[in-house]
Amino acid sequence: MSDYLRSYLTVGIFGLVGVALVGVFLGLGRILRPDHPNLAKNEAYESGVEPTGDMWSQANIRYYVFALLFVMFDVEAVFIFPWAARLEAYEVFGLIEMAIFIFILLLGLIYAWRKGVLKWV
Amino acid sequence: MILGLDPLYVGDFMGDLLVTLLKVVVAFVFLLISVMLMVWFERKLISDMQNRIGPSIAGPWGILQTLADGIKLFFKEDLVPDNADRFAFKLAPYLSLVPAFLVFAVVPLGGDFNGDDGDGVVTMFGHDTFLQVADPPMGILFFLAMSSIAIYGVMLAGWGSGSKYPLLGSVRASAQMVSYEAALGLAIAAVVLQTGSLSTHDMVLDQAAPGFSLGAFGIPNWNIIVTGFVPFVVFLIAGTAELNRPPFDLVEAEQELVGGFHTEYSSIRFALFFLAEFMNTITMSAVIVTLFLGGPAGPALFLPEGWWIGTVWFFLKLFIFLFMFVWFRATLPRFRYDQLMDLGWKLLIPLSLAWFIMLAGLRVGDSENWSTTKTYAFVLGFMAFCGLMATLLTAAINTARSERIKAMEDANG
Amino acid sequence: MSEEIVFIISAVIVLVGALGVVLSRNPVHSALFLIQTLMGVALLFLIEDAHFLAAVQVVVYAGAIVILFLFVIMLLGVDKAEELGIDPIGGQRELALVVGASIAALTIVTVGWSVDGATGSAPASAENALDNGLTDIERIGRVLFTDYAFGFEITAALLTIAVIGAVVLTRSIRREDVLADLEPASLELPSLAPAGANDEDTPHDGDSGNSGAEVSSEGNRES
Repeated sequence: MSDYLRSYLTVGIFGLVGVALVGVFLGLGRILRPDHPNLAKNEAYESGVEPTGDMWSQANIRYYVFALLFVMFDVEAVFIFPWAARLEAYEVFGLIEMAIFIFILLLGLIYAWRKGVLKWV
Repeated sequence: MILGLDPLYVGDFMGDLLVTLLKVVVAFVFLLISVMLMVWFERKLISDMQNRIGPSIAGPWGILQTLADGIKLFFKEDLVPDNADRFAFKLAPYLSLVPAFLVFAVVPLGGDFNGDDGDGVVTMFGHDTFLQVADPPMGILFFLAMSSIAIYGVMLAGWGSGSKYPLLGSVRASAQMVSYEAALGLAIAAVVLQTGSLSTHDMVLDQAAPGFSLGAFGIPNWNIIVTGFVPFVVFLIAGTAELNRPPFDLVEAEQELVGGFHTEYSSIRFALFFLAEFMNTITMSAVIVTLFLGGPAGPALFLPEGWWIGTVWFFLKLFIFLFMFVWFRATLPRFRYDQLMDLGWKLLIPLSLAWFIMLAGLRVGDSENWSTTKTYAFVLGFMAFCGLMATLLTAAINTARSERIKAMEDANG
Repeated sequence: MSEEIVFIISAVIVLVGALGVVLSRNPVHSALFLIQTLMGVALLFLIEDAHFLAAVQVVVYAGAIVILFLFVIMLLGVDKAEELGIDPIGGQRELALVVGASIAALTIVTVGWSVDGATGSAPASAENALDNGLTDIERIGRVLFTDYAFGFEITAALLTIAVIGAVVLTRSIRREDVLADLEPASLELPSLAPAGANDEDTPHDGDSGNSGAEVSSEGNRES
């Protein structure tokens, strides 16, 4: 096993401990708590009145634009990391390259901004 | 700088497994106890700030209040709404808590980083190791990955409840977390720029190096100073938003959404979300300390040497941020949703990108041996460029708005 | 030995996730299984010492792309289970069967009979050996920012185009929406009395209900 893989094994063990913690809590709760379900208790909460309408309502399309913008900047960050870690190696050429990259992506943000999509009325 | 590999992982396996398990158990116990104390600390501090007494019955100064609350929640009935998607509903607490827990694995908790041979290595039962659960070579990306997984916890909790308030709360929350995650990543990029490594241990090591000295005082080489405060401020704001803590707690704005995404949760399942929230606060503070304040590497004062000094420094710094988060909550009013989105997309992201390019330029200039004039010319030129762009953009937006209003007025006669 | 164990574990994670994606009736459950598959692939990357790639797999795919999927699913407002009995495009399933079978056959032939393994790459020599003393981040960066600089810039353009497309699609709904919202607020509210007279033609409850329905039906048509 490679040496690095063992550091992930440690992370894995730590993660399993976390899962076990949640599992133990839920299991303990299951043993200890009372269980008297009835129809009214199991209704969705709507401030005490009877729930109406469809429970899975549509989300606004604005959220989609934000999610897409997030994908854009997330990918950007991922490209930035290997460059930032060793930027001396790529010299001024790399700097210009990255500046263009960021500028193009900012154009997308500016377009969305200019078109008022970022505005939350 | 080569990637610092934890010396624990070189050599035989079984003996090290014991040390690994020991570290896991210690980190686990530490995290649980600190969450317990944090809940108490937050309530007590807020009550002090609001001139109340706060928890005072359970234990001395009410310190066992969290324990009492937790035990109570074990005995509460657990309700799953009939409408709920049971799979998602039951999975959500895991997805909330486990990422919060896992981030702690990459935080350096101690070790002696000062002095000439300070490399943070300690010896446990004859094994050399770092005082952190694990040091994967892409440690800080691991933090980013976990905080994006945590979004699913919120999303699924809201969607799986099959109820309107949780759904609204979770869509809001995930859009908010997603928005600020972008700013978070860009602020981290500035730190990576300085450190040249993604490993958290290397980051601490880099910040432990002596900085420039100002007379008798040595200014520490902490990233908060070397990256010029802006990434730190961006990270702090984005981190607070990522935690859904006040003033960014629209997710559970009780006046609008009852309880937000966990409205339908009760009993121990609710407690798990609560636990995750506070665990996230602690790990986020720990990550800020690691990234920007040198982690366990404190300034070398007239203190005795020893591995425990690092841990003491770490806790002192951690405490500052825990206090700060509570302070925010007691002081700042909640943001409106549009203000929140504006702050994230229109201020933090452009600002951190521009700052990143400027830092990168300075760094490239440093390695290329630019003259002082050239460096100044670059900085001034870049600032002028950014200013010009900002002015143009503002002008364009204002023109567009006035045209829209004019068109509307014309249409209405 | 231990690498085989990790490989088997991650292969099981990937395959179970992939089956779950296909077999779940609920699109949200499918998305969850997709996350599982992506995590498994990240594990496979880790075995190959591709730490950065593994992190990217989780941060970008599991962390951002699937979130986008979930937003779309929520946007469409799906109910709990999808009706699978109806086939919107005729002959689709038969076609899928044929295409799937041929891809599977192709994969088996490629993996089973190609000489140098699945990628068909030349065996490692001294100069193209991957482990030339650089970390995986350095290796990726070196290739990405020198040899493939153009592709790297094109990626930015691609992402920007995606955002512009989404903005254009969103805008076509929002224009009427904004006009309807802004008109009374910005122009008619100051002179409330004459505008109020106009309002009294319709009963108040019905009025708000109708306009809400109009906007949403328009939204459906546009999307």
